[in-house]
Parts: sequence; C-alpha cells; structure tokens
Amino acid sequence: MIIMHDIIKTYITGQVTFQALRGINLHIKKGEFVAIVGPSGSGKSTLMNIAGCLDIPTRGSYLLDGKQVSAFNSNQLAEIRNKKVGFVFQAFNLLPYATAYENVEVPLLFAGVNRRKRKERITRLLGQVGLAEKAANKPTEMSGGEMQRVAIARALANEPDIILADEPTGNLDSKSGQQIVNIFHELWKMGKTVLIITHDSNIAGRVERIIQLKDGQIENSHSPAAV
Amino acid sequence: MQLIILYNTFIRDFRKQKKRITLTLIALAWGTISIMLLLAFGEGLHQQLSINQKGTGENIGILWSGQTTKAYRGMGKGRRIWLYKEDPEYLAAQIPEIETIGGEYSRWGVQIRYQDKVLNEHVTGIPPCYREIRNHIPQEGGRMINRIDMDEKRRVVFLGSNLKKRMFEDEDPIGKQILLNEIPFTVIGIMIEKIQMGNYEGMDEDVAAIPATTFKAIFGDLYLDYIVYRAYHPDQMAEIEKKIYRALGVKYNFDPTDDRAISIWDIASSSREFNNMMLGIKIFLGIIGFLTLLVAGVGVANIMYVSIKERTREIGIKMAVGARKSLILYQFLVEALIITFSGGFLGMSLSYILTEGFKRLPLENQVLDFMGRPTVSLEIGLVVITILGILGLVSGIFPAMRAASTNPVESLRYE
Repeated sequence: MIIMHDIIKTYITGQVTFQALRGINLHIKKGEFVAIVGPSGSGKSTLMNIAGCLDIPTRGSYLLDGKQVSAFNSNQLAEIRNKKVGFVFQAFNLLPYATAYENVEVPLLFAGVNRRKRKERITRLLGQVGLAEKAANKPTEMSGGEMQRVAIARALANEPDIILADEPTGNLDSKSGQQIVNIFHELWKMGKTVLIITHDSNIAGRVERIIQLKDGQIENSHSPAAV
Repeated sequence: MQLIILYNTFIRDFRKQKKRITLTLIALAWGTISIMLLLAFGEGLHQQLSINQKGTGENIGILWSGQTTKAYRGMGKGRRIWLYKEDPEYLAAQIPEIETIGGEYSRWGVQIRYQDKVLNEHVTGIPPCYREIRNHIPQEGGRMINRIDMDEKRRVVFLGSNLKKRMFEDEDPIGKQILLNEIPFTVIGIMIEKIQMGNYEGMDEDVAAIPATTFKAIFGDLYLDYIVYRAYHPDQMAEIEKKIYRALGVKYNFDPTDDRAISIWDIASSSREFNNMMLGIKIFLGIIGFLTLLVAGVGVANIMYVSIKERTREIGIKMAVGARKSLILYQFLVEALIITFSGGFLGMSLSYILTEGFKRLPLENQVLDFMGRPTVSLEIGLVVITILGILGLVSGIFPAMRAASTNPVESLRYE
C-alpha cells in the first residue's frame, strides 16, 4: 500500500537548511497497524504528512497503491487527501465555528456527496464514535475526547483506506485516550491501514509493528513483543 | 450546504471583526453614494439641458443672408445675398430631405401698447409651421397663427410667455386688443413657458409673433431675415446644408463653395457636440466617484488579508481533508464580493432615497431649471454595479490567491 524509497525532505528557512528526513525506506502493507515512535524532531510528523500527501518529499520515490505520488498535481493530491486518507491530529483541528455535524460534513462536501447521503453517513459515523447526541454541538461545547472522536468521524467520512493519526491521544486524559485507542483498534480490525505517531506505550503495545525514527532515519522496525 | 458554510464563515468573521467590517462597509457605501450622486447629478443636468435645448427646436437649421467672398461669373466679391419670401418654397421643392421649412421676418424696437402700458419689443413675422419646428406651442385657451391668418393677413398676435407677463400680468389677454406701432392687433395665444438654450435673435418668451404676410404688409420688409428648416433625420443635416448652398447659388449666382454668401446654423450639430460634452462631464464625474470607491476597495483588500491571516489554520484544515486550491480561492473571493456588494447595496439604497427626496423637494427656481434634478437611471445602476463587481474581484483576488497558495503543513502548525 505504502512504499517509500529513499525519501529525503529538506526544509530551507532563510540561510539554514534542515534535513527532516534523510533517506526513509518503508513498506507498509494493506491492513497493517503501525506505530511510529521517536524523539521530537526525529521526523515523525514529516513522514506522516508525506504519507498523507499533505507534503511532498524533496527527493525519493513514494508509491501509494502502486502509483507514483510525485506525478500527481495539486488537485489530484487534494483528492487523495479527501478520499484515500483520513487525518487525525493531536490538536483535533476542527473548524471552531461549525458544529460536530458540519465538521464531519466538510470532506463530504468537498467530495460532492449529495445531501441525503451526507446525512446518512454523518449520522452513522457520529453514532459509531458514540457522539450521535452531540451532532449540533460546537467544538467549544465538547471535551477533548469528544472533539477527537469528531475528528475521527471526519477522517472516516469518505471511507478512506488509510488512517493517519499524529499523536491522537497527546492532548487527552488517559481514559479518553483509551477510548480513542479502542476506536483505532476497531478500525484496524475492520480492515483499515492505520498509522499512528505516538509516545503512548498503551498504543504502541497494541499495534502490529513499531517503527522507530531517529534524526530523520528509521532506526528500528519491529513487532511490539520485541520491546 | 456549501453556501451555508460560506455564510457561517462570513458571519463568524463579521463577529470577530465587527468594527473593521463595519468601517469598510461604510467606506464602500460612501464611495457608492458619491459615484451614484455624481452620476445622478450628471444625468439630471443632461436631461434638463436636453429639454432646454429642445426649446428652440429639434433637427433644425437656421439660414440667414450674407455677403459673397468669392468672385463668381463676372461678379465681384462683397455682394449682398438676400433671402426672399419665395425662397422657403423654392428650397423645399429642390431638397427632398427637408421636412418643413418657413421664413421669418424680425424687427426690434416695435412699440407695443396695452391701455397705458407702453413697451419696446421684438416682433417677428412667422409662418404657422413655427408651431412644429420652433416649438411655438400655445397655452390652453389660445391658438397659434394659422394658414387663414396668413392668407387674410389678419392682424393677430401670438405672445411669448414672459412678454405676456410684462404686459398683462395676471390678466387673461386672449381676445384683447394691443397696439403694435399704433396698429391694433388681437391677442390669439400665449406661448407655453419653455426654457431655451440656443437662440439666434432673442428669446422666444419675449417675442410678439404676427403672421409673416401681415408683417410684410405693415412693415414693408423686402427680405426675409431667417429661414428655418427641419430635416427628417439629424443625419441629413450636412447633406441639406450642401444642397442649400447649391440651390441658392444657382438662384442668386454665387459660388456654392462660398460659405459666407449665406450663413447656416445647424442646431442639430451643436446638439451632437453638446452630447459629447455631456458624456465628457459624466465620465469625469464617474472617475471622481470611482476614485472614492477605490479607497474603499483598499479597505476590502486589507480586511481580506487580515481575515486570511486569522484563518490560516482553517485553510490548512480544509486542505488536509481534501479542499482543492480553487475552492479556497473561491471562498475568499466570494467573501470579498459579499462585503463589496453589501456596502454597495447600502450605498445604492441611500443614494436612491437621497435623489428621490431631492426630486420631491418643492423647489422651483432658475437654478433647477438649468441644473436639473439628480436622476438615478438603470444605466447608472448598471455602471455602479459593474464597478463594484470589478472592485470586489480585484480587491479579493490577491488575498484569495495568497490563501489558496497556503502550505497546509505550515498552516496547521500556525497558532
């Protein structure tokens, strides 16, 4: 599903160049449940952004479902982010002025789904994450765990194959965090490919594979039992 | 739903930047009012001046005698060319483009007496067709000189509205006797009040007009002072002028290219010049208004830039869940247009109210007779809407393009 070969990402800020990724080789199979761990600044988020087509590598090849991502134009990349990939962020990144319902609706609007189908799907998704009765609430009226569940519902809106989560439990208390982890676990069991950046050993213990990053390179890739 | 999201975003932005948006709306409304009012005054002026100009007559040319400046067929230059009472008929027969034609006698300093009031006035001898071509239209209760007056050389007089006021004040003069050089004349009609921009010999409101035949019989003038003709269409004026020179050149033996032998004043051509001048004035007023509006446009662009900066994160989120760049572009462009048109609509409504109010003011004076009243026409509305649209697009496109070129990774990190 995800095949990266020798991915390099360089940021240039004024005179300073910073190499966030220094030659990543990675192969993630369809339906895999993977955690990416590593100290801050090791390139975890950059790797995730590239995997989700939010960012493009400076060099190297990235095959997503066998297709070369560097060949896509900005509209095609937007379509991948809309339909193939679902993002979940540490800071939730919900639209503050929109209700839970409207937040989940955004990717459906971009995908051009009709009103009836949108309603059907949003209701099902909010039910799935246990927030059916919070549909009309705005993010300011919800707890962190609830906001993150809305964000997950949004990520699932267009039924993507891949879920990318960047420290999804980082801003949550342990109980809410546990709920979120359970949801990811269920998603994986339903056949989604799940890629989570985390510091949380609770998550790391439940995945199939842990990829350890350090200084922009993969230091280690192993199953959790090996820890 | 897409519209609702755009709308919600706009409302949220409005709440956040209430003061800034309100000020910009005021600036837009102000700019729109100034451009609307300037154009409306221009339009009012144009309409009033057109009415005033038509006082003399439409599509008409005025012909009078002159002096040759070229030797022709053995005759030296400096010869006077006179117009005779048969000439109008002659010209009408020669030139099919002429719709109506008539000759006029004119004399100043004629004593007019009514009871103990004595005035020295301008008297003209005119044909009945002056009713049509020179707008000698009678007020209710009276009539204009007619064919029988002409044939019988009746002693009847048709008075200009101002002369009537000076002689009769509030009295009804129809049927009364007045004395022109001690010859009794019956007043048959008063000319309607009209405002006249161009004149060739005094204003019509001060004239005492009698039948041309009566005039010739009493004063014994040998020559016509003027011949006035009207074309079927204003485009024929130049052609008619050329043909008049040719026809009279043949009759009175002068060189048809000798433009001083007779003189012609083409009122239609001066009305064309007048229209061009008015267009110039309107464009000038429009530019002033446009510049005012432009300042408001800068305000819109400013708001959009601030709004985009504040919404960097929102843009990033939308891009992360699959918004195309074009969608972000449209969103901000539409917002700029909404702001522009809201301000514009406010300004247009206010200017409409202002001009309507001005029209209803019971003002009746000479200034208004020349200035006219500001008029908002559909044309002006369309011009202003077009300008607002361009303004909204221009002041929205650059901020919107910046928003669309946002890097989603960076904007998600933006706090």
